[in-house]
Amino acid sequence: MTTAINDLEAKAKWVWCETLAINKRAPETRLASSLSSIEIFVALYYGNIVRFNPKQPLDDTRDRCIISKGHGSICMYPILADLGYFSMDELQNVCKAGSFLGGIPDPVIPGYETVNGSLGHGLGVAGGVALALKRKKSDRQVFVMTGDGELHEGANWEAIMFASQHKLDNLHLIIDNNQISMLGYTDDIVSHKPLEDRLSAFGWDVKTVDGHNVGAIHAALSEQKHAASGKPTALIARTLKGRGVPGLENAPLSHIMNPKPELIDSLLKEANP
Amino acid sequence: MTIKPIAMRDAFLEEIWQAMQKDETIFFACADFGSPVLDKIRADFADRFVNVGIAEQNLINVATGLALEGYKVFAYAIAPFITMRCYEQVRVNLALLSKVRPLNVNLIGVGAGYSYVVSGPTHQCYEDITLMRALAGMKVLSPSDHVSAKALFKTCVEQTGPKYLRFDAQVLPVLYEDEKQAANQTYVERHTGQKICMIATGYMTQTAQKVRDVLAQQNIEVGLVDLFDLSQGSAAQLDSLLARYKAVVTLEEGFINCGGLDAHIGSHTAAHHPNLRLMHLGVTPNYHFELGTRSELHDSVGLGVDTIADKIKSLSASL
Repeated sequence: MTTAINDLEAKAKWVWCETLAINKRAPETRLASSLSSIEIFVALYYGNIVRFNPKQPLDDTRDRCIISKGHGSICMYPILADLGYFSMDELQNVCKAGSFLGGIPDPVIPGYETVNGSLGHGLGVAGGVALALKRKKSDRQVFVMTGDGELHEGANWEAIMFASQHKLDNLHLIIDNNQISMLGYTDDIVSHKPLEDRLSAFGWDVKTVDGHNVGAIHAALSEQKHAASGKPTALIARTLKGRGVPGLENAPLSHIMNPKPELIDSLLKEANP
Repeated sequence: MTIKPIAMRDAFLEEIWQAMQKDETIFFACADFGSPVLDKIRADFADRFVNVGIAEQNLINVATGLALEGYKVFAYAIAPFITMRCYEQVRVNLALLSKVRPLNVNLIGVGAGYSYVVSGPTHQCYEDITLMRALAGMKVLSPSDHVSAKALFKTCVEQTGPKYLRFDAQVLPVLYEDEKQAANQTYVERHTGQKICMIATGYMTQTAQKVRDVLAQQNIEVGLVDLFDLSQGSAAQLDSLLARYKAVVTLEEGFINCGGLDAHIGSHTAAHHPNLRLMHLGVTPNYHFELGTRSELHDSVGLGVDTIADKIKSLSASL
């Protein structure tokens, strides 16, 4: 395991390619949402932020990583396979009958903690997990990844108030702030701005980073993980939905768009000359 | 010795308080809803208690997180709010997730049927049996007095999986003077009858008891089953009993013909006892804002003792 930033960047590039390849084989997967979150997951899993055990995915010594925007985490499939949670061969079977790798990940996948197909549940459950760990005096940390569109679900704000009330500084929210939900820009639908101020006002320790700068994400998460400030932490990662794919990147309707197979082929060729 | 009647919630919470002294894995969560016994739990086990505030969605999510970490969780709120406000949280995080993770979460809903008599339809609860029964793997438990409520505790603490407890908000007369009679039971056959058996749940067992007595005075012997467990599949446990009757009358303090107790019994008997006549009694689906005593409210929707007795008398004459 390494935290050399150029290694993390190389890994992020590999995950980007694998995610595109999965989408070509399984167009039912949500590609654009899964391209905005790659560097976040790479920093978490390859940067010694999350402690995990692929041989015993539910090992009590693990940090809990709850992925709330399930559809936007197809990039976790190659990461989990690469880390040894399951065979790389399984990546050929995404969305196929008999595979556990669905169009939306479910907790039948080793490495997934909770049900995340329905949005707005992960943070609240993570709050309960974080409270349990605090009450048991465990030093394990709880990471939870949401989208920004997902924050429209009111249950998140119940959880946000709960976490600061109980001083859950073992709870670390990462927001993949790609600013687009299904039907357009969140600013045009129901804006979260100023999101950093809002979360701060709710008693959270908040940072904002470039969500495609894996070094910056890694640095911020390393600091937040060990802060123990008595406040839950939030990392707002400014990201681009559909990053790196012409026609998809930052397109308001990118959520349901797929690039043509030929475009994926040429992008992969370009990335791996 | 006569048992003094108390509220179901106090009887059940007393069991929890007792058990929490020995079992450090029991956690109590509430959505800003109390009881005298809860004050003891809050004071004595502050490290295993949390009040999430008026936030039932978060109550379920937090309960899920606690259960994932190995706690046996009791989550406590007013019945319509802990079932309907957070229905999708219950579906996703308890019913679905419990298929792949062991979770012991017990939802205690207080205020079955009309039991919040003067609080109106927001606080009354007529849809919960239907809704909770519709969730795969959800155990639905409905006691009829505080003794049978208390008897459910052992099942809740020992059995993994999501459960919903439907408690009356009022102090009801004691139906089970002998606690052992109600312990570990899906149902209790309180009376055997000749041709007709009433199958009642919750408060309606109290009503059915009175109906039974009225009819007995007229020499019509009607059976009475108090069904505590409304979970999918529990009706099959009534098979040998049902075989003795020509007709069954279901009684529930919930909406009728919407998938509640009536459907629970009716779908089973249709498949396994096709010759059994059925009469379903419950609340005609509607919302009422008129005030009255519980008895008056029941009279207004056709659930008064005399009305039911007359209907059963007619049924008996037709058999």
